Amino acid sequence: MPEGIFCKRAPLTTEEEVKHLLSDKGGKQYYAEMENLEVDVDMLRKDLEETCKSRTRTWLEVCAHCGMCAESCFLYTANNNDPKQIPSYKIQHTLGELIRRKGNVDTKFMIHCMDVAWSQCTTCNRCSMYCPYGIDTGVMMSYLRGLLFKQGFVPWELKIGSGMHRVYGAQMDVTSEDFVDTCEWMVEENEEQWPGLEIPIDKEDADIMYVINAREVKHYPNDLAEAAILFHIAGENWTMPSVGWDSTSLTMYAGDWEGCKMNVERIYDAVKRLRPKTIVATECGHAFRATTIEGPYWAGLESGEAPVRFMHYVEWVAEALKSGKLKIDPEKRIKTPITLQDSCNYIRNYGLSEATRTIMSYIATDFHEMENNREHNYCCGGGGGFNGIGRYRTERNIGLKPKLQQIQATGCNLVVAPCHNCWDAIRDMKEVYEEEAKDLEWSFIKPLLLQMVIVPDHLKPQEDAE
Amino acid sequence: MLNLLYGPFLYIAVAVFVIGMIVRVVLYINGLSQKLDRIAYKPKMGIGLKGAFHSIIKWMIPGGTRAWRINPFMTAVFFMFHIGMVLLPFFLLQHAVVIEYMFGISLPALPGALADILSVVALLGFFGLVYRRFAVPAAKALTTKQDWLVLALAGLPLITGIMFRFSTSGYEFWEFAHILTAEIFLIAAPFTKLSHIVLFFMTRAQIGMDYAIKRGGQNRGPAFPW
Repeated sequence: MPEGIFCKRAPLTTEEEVKHLLSDKGGKQYYAEMENLEVDVDMLRKDLEETCKSRTRTWLEVCAHCGMCAESCFLYTANNNDPKQIPSYKIQHTLGELIRRKGNVDTKFMIHCMDVAWSQCTTCNRCSMYCPYGIDTGVMMSYLRGLLFKQGFVPWELKIGSGMHRVYGAQMDVTSEDFVDTCEWMVEENEEQWPGLEIPIDKEDADIMYVINAREVKHYPNDLAEAAILFHIAGENWTMPSVGWDSTSLTMYAGDWEGCKMNVERIYDAVKRLRPKTIVATECGHAFRATTIEGPYWAGLESGEAPVRFMHYVEWVAEALKSGKLKIDPEKRIKTPITLQDSCNYIRNYGLSEATRTIMSYIATDFHEMENNREHNYCCGGGGGFNGIGRYRTERNIGLKPKLQQIQATGCNLVVAPCHNCWDAIRDMKEVYEEEAKDLEWSFIKPLLLQMVIVPDHLKPQEDAE
Repeated sequence: MLNLLYGPFLYIAVAVFVIGMIVRVVLYINGLSQKLDRIAYKPKMGIGLKGAFHSIIKWMIPGGTRAWRINPFMTAVFFMFHIGMVLLPFFLLQHAVVIEYMFGISLPALPGALADILSVVALLGFFGLVYRRFAVPAAKALTTKQDWLVLALAGLPLITGIMFRFSTSGYEFWEFAHILTAEIFLIAAPFTKLSHIVLFFMTRAQIGMDYAIKRGGQNRGPAFPW
């Protein structure tokens, strides 16, 4: 049987298709059908010929099997040094084999590739720092995901996620109207305490266009309010686009390159339309990678750079603290031991480690680094889509262990995690490792700042005249 | 036979090696693509080359990178082996003489004692690399027949060379074996993992450019903290 009712090769492009696949709870039938999904061998061979060039082929060919990548991978150590979790092993037995067989593989092999690509690699890229040749298995796993997606071998949640982006322009079923309504709601909720608070939508020529993660609208609208209040206190001239407000990219996790291009172009179009001076993107790692690091290439920009400066939220906060736009009440700084989770996507892969340390120096008096930090930090355990895939929940839970141990070794109970994925992973640690993680607290930067920022008098609610 | 090995075979071997390696480099560079790799190689060549240079240099210094520092045994045997394997083929007096005679290129020669030390150190490094493939679980799990072949191709010229130098009898055999295995090494290099002799510089440069051009060079500078 070539394709099933739920498991098809093509991406989801209509609301009906998304809802239909959602109705197969947990993807039970979807995965069952996948076992009969035929591989389009001709297409696979052609894709390999056209897109797999010297960088990847040389990486796979020269790998000396020295094993230095093994311990760089948190999934190797988390799984008791299982040889099958060595980055070199993982890629040689999937993509390496695909290339050697010129795409002539069967369904079983493709499902094996899917399991490895999504449950044994979070594309954190740490191994690239420990290989004498600089072989980046994360980059290759990403490439492999693209080949798999095109053939229909992709985890259920990510197939849906990619469809959501294509249908709603956001990673969840949040429409432009829902988004604008939520913004209005958050302003209403907070305007009593914050007179003059606004979330300006589609304002042209603002200094900042703020883009977010759809989860903030759907599940954590307070995050949106906090961002608005902090821009308000800092006196920023800012806006949010009614279309192109979600900067996330489950399409990137899914290997849906066509969808990635559509996502980032939606945001670049908003930039064109509203002409902001800069973009600030919320506390999310992969969204930043998708719009700022990989995005320009998907959009075909020759310079490799986004059309205007994209700042991660931590850059905006660091600059606002340094310039005095945001002032901290020294009395209210965090005095208990506190540590920081470095997000792979914008620390290792974008070099923003100074910005987060600047923030820590302003908000905390007893900051402790994790043992492996900055570019050398480990993935939270749930990156690259790992957090969200039911099929790999057990594997993900094992993957959380190294980060938990790393946090515990700092002696801190509070972790700042300025990334949605890291934040989720740390939250889940508390659930999964109840006993060990019972004292663990975790937070984005925004709520911490709001506890200690000095509010200028003119922004405080006016007392009624006598 | 020895005449053939010192004559036409040596020219053929060197030609295959040099041309083969040049072809590997050219094919590698031609296969890089801004679109497929998603790296603006050309528009950001300046910072890219700085990143490439830094990426190569750091890894050529023992302890220059974190990976070298946390793997002291590997670092020790790796450099012991490679320093000898790079210097001795050119600068051992006997080699320099042959190179001058056959190719008309004169190279400075290492003092004999230093060359002896380098070759013995390289041999120890070689055994260290062999030992790792048995003793380090990750290396053991990954090692394939091809890896042993490559080690043999690289180790035989070294071992036979040392035997030729230090043996008191039967040195004709060792001379013959040394030249033969060295020529096999030269011919095999472009077609096996020995191509890393040049491709090491290519892949290191590429990942250095990647991190400098696209993955944070604008924030942390071209020097990635390897």
